[in-house]
Amino acid sequence: MTIIMMIGGILVSIPFLWMISSAFKPENEILAIPPTIFPENPTFDNFIKLFTEMNFLVYLKNTLIIVAVSSVGLLFNGMAGYGFAKFEFKGKEKLFYLVLATMMIPGQVTMIPVYLLLNEMGLTNTMSGIILPGLVAAFNIFLFRQFMATIPTSLIEAARLDGAGEFYIFFRLIIPVAKPIFAVQAVLMFIAAWNSFLWPLIIANDESLYTLSVGLSLLKGQYANNFALQMAGAAFMVVPIMIIFGFFQKYIVEGFTMSGIK
Amino acid sequence: MSFMKKILNNRHPYMFIAPSLILLILFSIIPITIAFFISFTNLDLKGLVDFSSVSFIGLENYKALLTDDRFIKAIFNTVFYVLIGVPLVVILSLSIALLLNYGTSKLFTFFRSVYYMPSITNIVAIAVIWGFLYNTEYGLINYILSFLSVDNIPWLNEPTLAKISLIIVAVWKSLGLNMIIFLAALQGIPKDYYEAAEIDGANGFQKMLYITLPLLRFATFFVTVTTLIGWIQFFEEPFVMTQGGPLDGTLSIALFIYQEGFQFNEFGYAAAGSFILFIIIIIATLIQFKLRKSDTEY
Repeated sequence: MTIIMMIGGILVSIPFLWMISSAFKPENEILAIPPTIFPENPTFDNFIKLFTEMNFLVYLKNTLIIVAVSSVGLLFNGMAGYGFAKFEFKGKEKLFYLVLATMMIPGQVTMIPVYLLLNEMGLTNTMSGIILPGLVAAFNIFLFRQFMATIPTSLIEAARLDGAGEFYIFFRLIIPVAKPIFAVQAVLMFIAAWNSFLWPLIIANDESLYTLSVGLSLLKGQYANNFALQMAGAAFMVVPIMIIFGFFQKYIVEGFTMSGIK
Repeated sequence: MSFMKKILNNRHPYMFIAPSLILLILFSIIPITIAFFISFTNLDLKGLVDFSSVSFIGLENYKALLTDDRFIKAIFNTVFYVLIGVPLVVILSLSIALLLNYGTSKLFTFFRSVYYMPSITNIVAIAVIWGFLYNTEYGLINYILSFLSVDNIPWLNEPTLAKISLIIVAVWKSLGLNMIIFLAALQGIPKDYYEAAEIDGANGFQKMLYITLPLLRFATFFVTVTTLIGWIQFFEEPFVMTQGGPLDGTLSIALFIYQEGFQFNEFGYAAAGSFILFIIIIIATLIQFKLRKSDTEY
């Protein structure tokens, strides 16, 4: 069993291993037949070219802005999850169903009207237009609600009796208690924001607004035959995610167990 | 007045949910309403500039779609993707979860990460990497196959083969997430079930058949439904790897909608296509739920 598992794992990771190896090959070696498994003359040139011949520094900056602003979305999702889990109010059920209903709507249905709306609002070709549509997500609100529901209400009542305001309670009491779910969601949010592609592609006309993935697809078109450069670009996108995931993978897996899918 | 007062006194829950709710209404609820309306109009790029040129054309878009050869082809391709892709994803991710559930050592944790990795990899990076692997002349896959004296295979340049190549990439990408869902379910099975079965003399295969698989019913159902919904909307792989070609051989319904909307600016036509897609998803999901209901007596 262990052997099968390992063989399967190696098969699954071949594309990544090939990417890393190819990224360090010089341009003439990458097209060599038979191909070399390890680069014979390893070079960093491809990675340097990403910054000199392409504007990867700009793309990186834009991607990091999206990642940073997405944390606001994380907070919004957490707040909504808390509101639905720990308060009784008029219309709660209906509003929660409304939130869940948005999960069912396919992206292709809303894509065009959202674009038309952003166009009317003058937000095409702006950072806000790229970030706003994907800032909150129903599924994440749902996961937050599931977790927040397990926090004892007595804890919140006690804080209220001590005269704490509702937002004070949320920031000082709930967020620390709900740290595990925030941690999982933060990692998933980082991955999603780092990888965001379609919306930046639709909204951004200027190269100065491109994200890493849009930049990489530009590179794929412009340097169609320079596979070494393409692999370096791919590695530049994939390796940071691998590292982050390596650090936090335990929490992500537990996060799924926590969500109660059984 | 007393109603307003009530809301004001109890305003906090609304303040907590308001930011998310406003964004969801603005970017999901309002858009689907707009999409519904424009699907009955001839809205295009001209209509955006001069609103008076937009007219209500009833079901014309829907009628035209059903006789549009490219749309029919997209439906056919999507059915092909779903029929091959969904069973592959469910069976393979379940198998991997069962394999990984055998041990708890560091090695298993490591390989769990390895299997998960593709699902968090950026789609453009995937297109770049697999595009190179699939390359007819310089690709690794054809090089390895050349040892088995197989001639160079045009992985992405022949319509049917290209569909299969994209399925391989998409399956590779979606194994990880579903495997984790199965693993979470496996870890929720109480150990004493197995102990009791062992006392009764059950072997490994019997334990799997009579304990593990039945108890994984909900997880299997969940994975099947979400995978099915995902594959009906199959979009990213053909979009970044083949742009729907060759000869529309990899064109999916979702990609058709994108192209009509954003490349040809036929917004009304694309919106109508997106509603047909939505209806297909709803029907497929309802069938799944119906099938499940009929076998809940367990």
